Amino acid sequence: MAKLFENKRNQMIGIVLLGVLILILPFLAGMLGQAWVRILNVTLLYVMLALGLNVVVGVAGLLDLGYVAFYAVGAYTWSLLASAHFNLHYPFWVLLPLGACLAALAGLMLGAPVLKLRGDYLAIVTLGFGEIVRILMNNFDKVGLPWSDETYNITNGPRGITGIDGLHFFGFELRKGLDVFGFNVTGLQLYYFVFLGFAILSVIGVYRLQHSRLGRAWQALREDEIAAKAMGINTRNIKLAAFGFGALTGGLAGGLFASMQGFVSPESFGLLESIMILAMVVLGGMGHIPGVILGAVLLSAMPEVIRYAADENVQQKIFGIVLIAPEVLRNLIFSLALILIMLFKPAGLWPSPEKK
Amino acid sequence: MSIDVLLQQIVNGLVVGSVYALVALGYTMVYGILQLINFAHGEIVMIGGLTSVFTSKWLLSMGVPSLLALLIAILVAMVVCAVVGVAIERVAYRPLRNAPRLAPLITAIGVSILLQQLAILVFGRNYFTFPELISKDPISLGPITVTMNEIVILMASVALMAALLWLVHNTKIGTAMRATAENQKVAGLMGIDINKIIAITFAIGSGLGAIAGVMVASNYGQAHYYMGFMLGLKAFTAAVMGGIGNLWGAMVGGLILGLVENVGLIFVRGDYKDIFAFVVLVLVLIFRPQGLIGERVAERA
Repeated sequence: MAKLFENKRNQMIGIVLLGVLILILPFLAGMLGQAWVRILNVTLLYVMLALGLNVVVGVAGLLDLGYVAFYAVGAYTWSLLASAHFNLHYPFWVLLPLGACLAALAGLMLGAPVLKLRGDYLAIVTLGFGEIVRILMNNFDKVGLPWSDETYNITNGPRGITGIDGLHFFGFELRKGLDVFGFNVTGLQLYYFVFLGFAILSVIGVYRLQHSRLGRAWQALREDEIAAKAMGINTRNIKLAAFGFGALTGGLAGGLFASMQGFVSPESFGLLESIMILAMVVLGGMGHIPGVILGAVLLSAMPEVIRYAADENVQQKIFGIVLIAPEVLRNLIFSLALILIMLFKPAGLWPSPEKK
Repeated sequence: MSIDVLLQQIVNGLVVGSVYALVALGYTMVYGILQLINFAHGEIVMIGGLTSVFTSKWLLSMGVPSLLALLIAILVAMVVCAVVGVAIERVAYRPLRNAPRLAPLITAIGVSILLQQLAILVFGRNYFTFPELISKDPISLGPITVTMNEIVILMASVALMAALLWLVHNTKIGTAMRATAENQKVAGLMGIDINKIIAITFAIGSGLGAIAGVMVASNYGQAHYYMGFMLGLKAFTAAVMGGIGNLWGAMVGGLILGLVENVGLIFVRGDYKDIFAFVVLVLVLIFRPQGLIGERVAERA
């Protein structure tokens, strides 16, 4: 395999084939059912999230266990301002940037008080921040003011927000799908291409950042904070920038998620979600964009694939009886995979080539 | 708010806090030696709780008197948890001792999910009621009410913490543990079997976790496969608040977290209880980044 890719021409062919595959993937999945297209879309969102967290954890070396909070901020910004809940229906070109900016602001708010903390102290505070955001979402359905008994329903609590607007361009509703020369492209497949665009945009953005002056400063910070400071790097500002940029990506992905799903609830933004995104970054290869993408694709696709492989019918066929509940078996295999991959590849599946 | 309510909440807070402290000790001991957040520790507590439920129920059905049943159940839970703890260290953490810092964190998360699923397989998904082995009839002490169960929890945790401090500061094993935490390589050169000491640390931490599991199960009267998650999170918060790696820090942090949560209930709605804990944590760390009684680690460039 490795020999094959050393050849420049073969490399080009490989990239073109991969590109074609990515373009026809939603149609292949569509043949199996729209549920699979949805899985593809969610995978693309995870790619964005993992790339965003990679800036914070992989490049700048700041351990963040509450990353999903920014995803939530983006999702709720979209949901509150484009749904029947407040009867507001702002267009996407207002809401996506707004959600991303609000998430970035939340990132700065988290970053500012924890600048002095190092390593694992940072981890627990970010974890707490994520929990705080989730609990607020859960309880902001009855916000009261100290001087009156009246309560306001802001987030609709654990029931979540339904009837969220989808993406629409100039009056064209994406969810409705599109007929191209008699060939029906479903709404989810259209969303796939929108998400793909944003995912590619984030890859380019993160790549450019990582190789900029700021990116090199982040790497210096990750390797040795004191030395970085001695070299004249303003560690305070670049830490805040890392939190801000990471959160920006998360907020953007959140808005997209809400627009596709049409429903959000606090349940989607728990600690496990943050941990999962962190696992994608570490498992793939911290600070290495192809590795992180691989990790995101693998970890978001694996549970779904196992869900089908560990189906009750399959067990019935092999053993004659259902030995283990499919849900349990799925989590068992998943956790074992997590442990084994880390044991055999401690630096990740596809770590960055430069060795330090 | 009357002073009676405050007193009552302080007592409740001390009971919950002492359990947090016991669990936090497990986190902080492992962290002190390996600089690793043992995410699976909450699951150890859960296993302790569930094991004790099943053992004590079985013993009671055999006609064993309730106090003896409790003691045996605790012992069984401790042994099971110590074995599981040592096994986790051997399989999931030891091979990664020189790996990048985040690798063992991910295996720890994997182990945590794995243990939950195994618990479902072994015990089931239900909520299991813990038999009332120590009386839970309310006793009035002036304005406050406590149960015998709560008094036992409080006294047992104090005794355990004292025993641990004695072990760490006055025995040969304790000295070896402190040496290993200080500098593994040098400790090894001094003839200390590092692997053995780390295994012992895991065994002790897990044993304490098991007792905490029994306490939680008896206090709330139930145990289930998910009980370790939030408890572990809170205990970890407590350990960090006190200054992770520091035994006194874990104890003080646990007690303060329990107190803050329960006294806070007077002022805010119960839904916000968890926020309160984390807000206090953030405030403490802003003003003392090394934790309440953690020492400031010299930063080496």
